[in-house]
Amino acid sequence: MPDTPDTIRTPDHLDLNQLEVSSGLTGRKHLLSLMVENRPGVLARVAGLFSRRGFNIDTLAVGPTEDPDVSRVTLTVDGAVHPIDQVTKQLHKLINVIKIRDMEPDTTVSREMALFKVNAPSENRAELIEFTSIFRANIIDVSRRTMTIEVTGTADKIDAFERMVRPHGLIEMARTGEVAISRPKLDS
Amino acid sequence: MRAADALCQALEAEGVEHVFGIPGGANLPTYDALYDSDLIHIQARHEQCAGHAAEGYAKASGKVGVALATSGPGATNLVTAIADSIMDSVPTVFITGQVRTDLIGTDGFQEADVTGITLPIVKHSFLVTDPAQIPDYIHKAFHIASSGRPGPVLVDIPLDLTRAEIDYEPASGVPKLPGYQPTTEGNIKQIRIAAKALANSRRPVLYAGGGVINANASEELRALAAAGNFPVTCTLMGLGAFPAPHEQWLGMLGMHGTRTANYSMDEADLIVAIGARFDDRITGKLSEFAPRAKFVHIDVDPAEISKNIPAHIPIVGDCKDVLPKLTAEYGAQGADPARLEEWWSRIRAWQDKHPLAYEETSDGEIKPQFMVEEMYRATGGDAIITSDVGQHQMWAAQYYHFNKPRRWLNSGGLGTMGFGLPAAIGAKVAKPDEQVVCLAGDGSLVMVCQEMATAAFHDLPVKVFLMNNGHFGMVRQWQELFWQERYQSVEMGASPDWVKLAEAFGWNGMRCEDKGDLGDAMKTALETDGPVLLDVRVTPNENCYPMIQPGAAARDMVG
Repeated sequence: MPDTPDTIRTPDHLDLNQLEVSSGLTGRKHLLSLMVENRPGVLARVAGLFSRRGFNIDTLAVGPTEDPDVSRVTLTVDGAVHPIDQVTKQLHKLINVIKIRDMEPDTTVSREMALFKVNAPSENRAELIEFTSIFRANIIDVSRRTMTIEVTGTADKIDAFERMVRPHGLIEMARTGEVAISRPKLDS
Repeated sequence: MRAADALCQALEAEGVEHVFGIPGGANLPTYDALYDSDLIHIQARHEQCAGHAAEGYAKASGKVGVALATSGPGATNLVTAIADSIMDSVPTVFITGQVRTDLIGTDGFQEADVTGITLPIVKHSFLVTDPAQIPDYIHKAFHIASSGRPGPVLVDIPLDLTRAEIDYEPASGVPKLPGYQPTTEGNIKQIRIAAKALANSRRPVLYAGGGVINANASEELRALAAAGNFPVTCTLMGLGAFPAPHEQWLGMLGMHGTRTANYSMDEADLIVAIGARFDDRITGKLSEFAPRAKFVHIDVDPAEISKNIPAHIPIVGDCKDVLPKLTAEYGAQGADPARLEEWWSRIRAWQDKHPLAYEETSDGEIKPQFMVEEMYRATGGDAIITSDVGQHQMWAAQYYHFNKPRRWLNSGGLGTMGFGLPAAIGAKVAKPDEQVVCLAGDGSLVMVCQEMATAAFHDLPVKVFLMNNGHFGMVRQWQELFWQERYQSVEMGASPDWVKLAEAFGWNGMRCEDKGDLGDAMKTALETDGPVLLDVRVTPNENCYPMIQPGAAARDMVG
């Protein structure tokens, strides 16, 4: 025991049993926006990191930004399968990755573009044109048997469009992967 | 000036005195520039060993180790050393020649995409595309390799670019890297919570790893341990961070750690991980690792925190910064040291009941553990010891009681056989006044024995104590224990006559087969000028114990 117990401050109590950790899994899709140096090999570093750590990229979109030295990589990762915190920390270790934002769904606008080539014999055309109109999509090519439709929107909207046209015979589909940008808060 | 000369000047500006390497077609201009520079080049006999020598140099000195190789096979031979450096966080810069820019992508002679090949195993890499980048990339490479969590950086330079003329002024200050700002200062609020947790814990353990040595924070670790009378264990990479002959020392933990260290982790209520990363060789079965403990995790690399074991109190920062603050905050808590009495008596009981032990022999047979004990006595416990990978490495970790940091250089993460001799060469270059001994395994040494030429050529008086059991001993042990003694490809069989081989390389060769002679033989080897290989014939089928069997929990150690 200490010699002068009265003068020694009692330790701040902290019940170790109260200390908790989270599993790291959020259970939802995450949209990560990476600002990376615009130079050769950077995408290979990002993609290689995912494969060697066993993380899956669901979608990936890369392109220039307002700054010619910087590219933006937008990728979606399933937070139910991978601890997003660990994914972002590993990404931060890449020297060419300048900034990472785990986009908050409430303050983010995201869009994806997709091209659908569908079977369009004359008896089906009216219905396809109707879908196109409902989804505010565009018909960008028509042949005797097919139509190619461009759809832009959230990933959910594109999924929905796919469900609508698939029964007609979906010949080919190409999707860009989502790109996203943050939305200023209401008061700013 | 010629870019290759700027390269050498940039290295000198970074304080480099020694480089390890082998010349070839694609790095001829660099070697031509070395001719006029003050850099001392140590000519290895295989690029892998140039890389390991650079690692040994870095580990012994704390400075950045540098290895050079030519393109293609020269560069691919470096791959093992690069992977070794990333796994053990060794500050290293690898400079490779590349084929001319107009040949890149054409499968030119001695072309290999070494930046691509090494992408997963570098901290960072640079492929030079403009000769003016060469000195800039060198400065950046040194900054990245040596700061934050240290690691290997590769600079790949096409032949034509090293010959080009550039303007070069030695750079000063920290290079600009917008994507690289390692956090070194720990968050004081987190440190306070950690101090409070320590003050409220009844069964704490400090678990320190190689990060403490990298941060040169051994004194700070000792101060924290002293402040709270905390028990301390270290990983294989952390040995020497805390003095082994010390009453708070539990021994190494993990697969071949002491029972006391592993049982302490198993029963702890609070584990403070310091520069350690909960490797599978530490945890054993992850789901049953330290089931009663809460975790404070201090690491300069945020990605290590909660990677394997979720941390309750994460602290990102350099141990050198965090530990003194934690010690001070803990002191301010005024915790009652008596609360640990019960914990210490439990630990003392384990220590009494389960000391490290082996069966003594009555004839002259040399037990491998005895060999390490004799080595400890012969060197006064104060040599720089390098090792290969396997049983001898574990016995050294158990029986050579490392007292200081940077005295135990081995390959922990990658587990690279053959690391010992080249690392000893690098360590001797860095620390010419220190006794450097490589405790080698016979399976490992034969993989790198050509490096005896390097030591002889450069007059580097390293001593190799060869623990010769005629087997890949650790693999043999696993086949015995877990593969029903179906011994496959583990006998060394036609090993060289090591004494003659040593002599062929211009070394002194000695042999010892009787334990009564071993101490004197080691002393003679240490006192003999020049490099010496002492071939020690030990028990051929001794097993390394205690052991956490693969997939088992720490409390179920055997042996």
